[in-house]
Amino acid sequence: MTETLAFLDAVGDGTAMRVLIRLFSAAVDIVPFAALLLVLRGWARLPWSARVAMLGCILFGFVAVYADAIAPFGEREIVGDVWQGPGTDCLSTADDGTERAGTCHLGTDNLGRDMLSRLIFGAQTTIAVALIASLLSFSAGMLLSFTAAVVGGWTDQILSRINDMLLAIPTLIFALVVLAALPQNIVILVLVMAVIDQTRVYRLGRAVAVDVVVQDYVEAARLRGEGWLWIIFREVLPNVWTPLIAEFGLRFAFAVLFLSTLSFLGLGIQPPEADWGGMVKDNKDGIIFLVPAALYPGAAIALLAVSVNMVVDWMLNRTASLKGGRG
Amino acid sequence: MSEAPGTGPDSAAATAPGTVLEVRDLHIGATVYPPNEPPRDIEIVHGVSFAIEKGKVLGLIGESGAGKSTIGLAALAYGRGGVRITGGEVWLHGENILALPKSGIRGVRGRRVTYVAQSAAAAFNPAHRLGDQVVEAALKHGLMSRREARERARMLFETLGLPDPDSFGRRFPHQVSGGQLQRAMTAMALCPAPDLIVFDEPTTALDVTTQIDVLAAIKRAIEETDVAAIYITHDLAVVAQISDDIMVLRHGNTVEYGPVQQMIEAPREAYTRELLSIRSDIKPQAEDQSGALLQLEGIDAAYGEVPVLFDVSMHLPKGQTLAVVGESGSGKSTTARVITGLLPPRAGTVSFKGEPLPPALSRRSKEQLRQIQMIYQMADTAMNPRQTVAEIIGRPLGFYFGLKGGERARRVAELLDQIEMGQGFADRYPAELSGGQKQRVCIARALAANPELILCDEPTSALDPLVAEGILKLLMELQAETRVSYLFITHDIATVRAISDSIAVMYMGRVVRFGPKDEVLSPPFDDYTDLLLKSVPEMKLGWLERALASRRMDSAGN
Amino acid sequence: MSPVLALILKRIGIGVVLILAISALLFLGVEALPGDFAQNFLGQAATPEAVANIRRELGLDQPVMLRYLDWLGGVVIGDFGESWANGSSVSEQLGKRLANTLFLAAVAAVFAVPISVGLGVLAVFYRNRLPDRIINILSLAAISMPEFFVGYLFIFFFALQFGIGDGPPIIPDPRASVWENVQLVFLPAMTLVVVVIAHMMRMTRAAILNIMESAYVETAELKGLSMLRIIWKHAAPNAVAPIINVVALNLAYLVVGVVVVEVIFAYPGMGQYFVDAVTVRDIPVVQACGIVFAAVYIILNMLADVGAILANPRLRHPK
Repeated sequence: MTETLAFLDAVGDGTAMRVLIRLFSAAVDIVPFAALLLVLRGWARLPWSARVAMLGCILFGFVAVYADAIAPFGEREIVGDVWQGPGTDCLSTADDGTERAGTCHLGTDNLGRDMLSRLIFGAQTTIAVALIASLLSFSAGMLLSFTAAVVGGWTDQILSRINDMLLAIPTLIFALVVLAALPQNIVILVLVMAVIDQTRVYRLGRAVAVDVVVQDYVEAARLRGEGWLWIIFREVLPNVWTPLIAEFGLRFAFAVLFLSTLSFLGLGIQPPEADWGGMVKDNKDGIIFLVPAALYPGAAIALLAVSVNMVVDWMLNRTASLKGGRG
Repeated sequence: MSEAPGTGPDSAAATAPGTVLEVRDLHIGATVYPPNEPPRDIEIVHGVSFAIEKGKVLGLIGESGAGKSTIGLAALAYGRGGVRITGGEVWLHGENILALPKSGIRGVRGRRVTYVAQSAAAAFNPAHRLGDQVVEAALKHGLMSRREARERARMLFETLGLPDPDSFGRRFPHQVSGGQLQRAMTAMALCPAPDLIVFDEPTTALDVTTQIDVLAAIKRAIEETDVAAIYITHDLAVVAQISDDIMVLRHGNTVEYGPVQQMIEAPREAYTRELLSIRSDIKPQAEDQSGALLQLEGIDAAYGEVPVLFDVSMHLPKGQTLAVVGESGSGKSTTARVITGLLPPRAGTVSFKGEPLPPALSRRSKEQLRQIQMIYQMADTAMNPRQTVAEIIGRPLGFYFGLKGGERARRVAELLDQIEMGQGFADRYPAELSGGQKQRVCIARALAANPELILCDEPTSALDPLVAEGILKLLMELQAETRVSYLFITHDIATVRAISDSIAVMYMGRVVRFGPKDEVLSPPFDDYTDLLLKSVPEMKLGWLERALASRRMDSAGN
Repeated sequence: MSPVLALILKRIGIGVVLILAISALLFLGVEALPGDFAQNFLGQAATPEAVANIRRELGLDQPVMLRYLDWLGGVVIGDFGESWANGSSVSEQLGKRLANTLFLAAVAAVFAVPISVGLGVLAVFYRNRLPDRIINILSLAAISMPEFFVGYLFIFFFALQFGIGDGPPIIPDPRASVWENVQLVFLPAMTLVVVVIAHMMRMTRAAILNIMESAYVETAELKGLSMLRIIWKHAAPNAVAPIINVVALNLAYLVVGVVVVEVIFAYPGMGQYFVDAVTVRDIPVVQACGIVFAAVYIILNMLADVGAILANPRLRHPK
């Protein structure tokens, strides 16, 4: 146990996380373009709200992936005074001592770092961590729920009762209790988020899969003598992927909000890493001096979440009228 | 009747005296939303005209999609879902109700025209007592006082043969049976003493033995109240018992329209004649019924703690058809589940080719599974909507015989030919097939395994009569070609008579009668078989009265 | 015994079992997790002797099952032990703060329930028309906003710029009148309202739409009844059960949402107590708050189901 903890600590410290996020960013490099191409095919048929939301998602994805290139200043670089106003001048000092003058378009934060740059790096951290957590929770929840629905019997009973119990604990309370007991690092944070969120995925996955499993074509496959892996992957999955993709969007939006909330409470991503929830926490004391610095990251979270939610809403409305056939 | 505003100059040319409803050149349209295509408008009824006199019943008959319900609802100036009345006139006592303003239409609905739905169970509000719902329209339209309405409801309950008419109205919808609910809905339609009632398949969802009583009750109530009615159904035999006129519809067009006697005894159109001749070909039973490919001995089975089968025994010789007949809840589908191994029995054995089969599905070998295949009632849900026809038929070929690539494609093509569908269907998805084609693909999937036995679980009961006829014919041809045996589960005696060699009649989880077809269908009968046989509507005028007079046992729906 | 009563008792039984199971999970789970509390607690000053001392002092050297039963016995009589951080009685703090938290949640509920049910009905009435679309987009936006964003937005604009309502810290005065305290907690309550209203409204809309599309509403329409009567007599009685369910579920959500709002407004409720304890790893307080929050959540969920059972005519009038 102690060795595992030591390992998690090593992976979870700042540098290791940075490497993780870099790797991840490289992997999703292609994503915004692929998304754009995919969307262009049916662009004309999208309602305007879905178009705006889709553009929002692509924009956030782009910023997250190319944060290093876009950000005008460094993530931790102090470029001016505390809480300078938007559009004020600031000064960047490179390692060799050369100075470069610039403008802080959104002003500076509680330590005199450039707000806009922090927001851009924050996008990378927040989106990457939320995405990893929701991917984990999604795969785990799907695998468990489909197994339960297809295998049935005791497997289903045991998994479902455990899940019922975990579902009865409010997510935030659950996370706070567990994080109180565990050391603070990013890997543990992601795992905790994934374990908690997995229960919600499980609930939906099982409901969806059970609907399909009672269909005659699944019975026909059983009677043919097919194994349960065939049934999950060939009979059930192809029929449920549209609602599941929508659910993944919802889970991701929720993960962004949840992560931000934890960071805001001081239990999520630890400074000096920039992440949106943590930035609100850092700058909240400025509010009473009428410094709006804490509102920018809050707005960023809301914009990202609303974009994702609107795309999901459109997908769900679209699939509601779609039954069978190609697509 | 005074001329209402907006009825137009045509009202002068109004209908003959005594006519309650006249529909002229009715056109009905709808907006459809096909996946991945922009929504478009289609027409579903293309100019239908008819007239009904006081005390007369018009039967509307046709297969699904013929537009019968849509036409019926037009008599209330109502379009369900996205359906709109796009043209024509509906004259009710000399007044075109389609031209009425909203408030005028409200004055027609529930007061002058009322409606009886197919599923009374869904159409009654679960939150209110039946009596309150029955009198509601009469009260709200100010037709009578509460006391008068209650008295009329009581009288109607009695006419319709509902138990305990004085207190029946105090019950909630979920507290009475399906057959009673359907009659209560008829009482609700009759209560405001309307000019016209629209019956929309009121007996379709009921068991045959219940259907006959509800049908008789409706007929009696119509006669006693002298109301005009539209009776919608897909069953010509039912409509023949109750109508004065019949209109046959197909794809939103009138095929034939005339008095019932002429329609039944001297139809003019080929389509009507086809409808009349359904299941008239009767296959002679096999001479030798001694062998037993499949044998059930003393099967007891239960769902959890609830016992559903008691000491069920039957057998089926190779190359023949055993029909298992009974109503919902009789245990006929459960018997099939026991044979497949989905529901291991509590006692008794299932033997196949003389060897006992392992009770549970998971203990059976691939070879044992291959030899018994199944066809379902709903071909829609029996095929994975995300697989093409070639994938659906090809999977058993690959799974049981290891066929791959070109060999498999060749065999799929052969099977498609065998079910009389071309190879052009191989790449289609189930959603792109008609109901009959779907069932044919399911048959091909079963055949692909080269089975000895196919369990057919009501494979034709969800299909329109002519399509069902085609499927039965195909099954018989395949049996002649391949010597495959069928265990055919159905509630339809006409089908049983047409295709079986032997019959097992099931009632409340027991086999009440089993033997060669001619023996089972000949007297002396036990009471239940007698009731079942006499409940099956026949395409003869006056059948209803004769059947009611001669049966020995009351149906369970009462 | 009537079947409804049996059903309700069964549901309550499940609730009690769940609370017990969760208490075990919270206690034993936290114990089973790696990391030594004494070590963490002492931090840099953790000499082996000091650790052993503190373990003995806190009773951590006892077997875990024994400590759980001991703790559970205390919980049942309302004794949650003492805080590790300052040795004060957890129950005493909890009592005061729970009252504050419930007061805040109740004020929020009083606003949120009628507004969201009203908006849900409005959305159904104008289904697929402009008001419905606007309500839909606004509710999506509200769902997407984190509590702290809404809270600081309110403080920044209302409390500081326009002088409406109070900013942090907000400390209710037990001697002041209820109305004065309601005014005091206006902004935190509104923050909660915004957060919870969207879910409640969307679920209400879905529940009513489901009913409006049912066959019995069509029957009522074909009886020529007025729209008002159809909604009042035929839709509403059947909508009661699902709406009770929606409201109770969202109240449960609201009680949890309080945690963040209390931190924003520096409000002396259970949420803030909880977060402070988590930050310093004051385990007895964390466990106490965790079990109380979970219990409130489970009880509200249970009430949701009981309400739905009571409002269901099929169950109220058995065969």
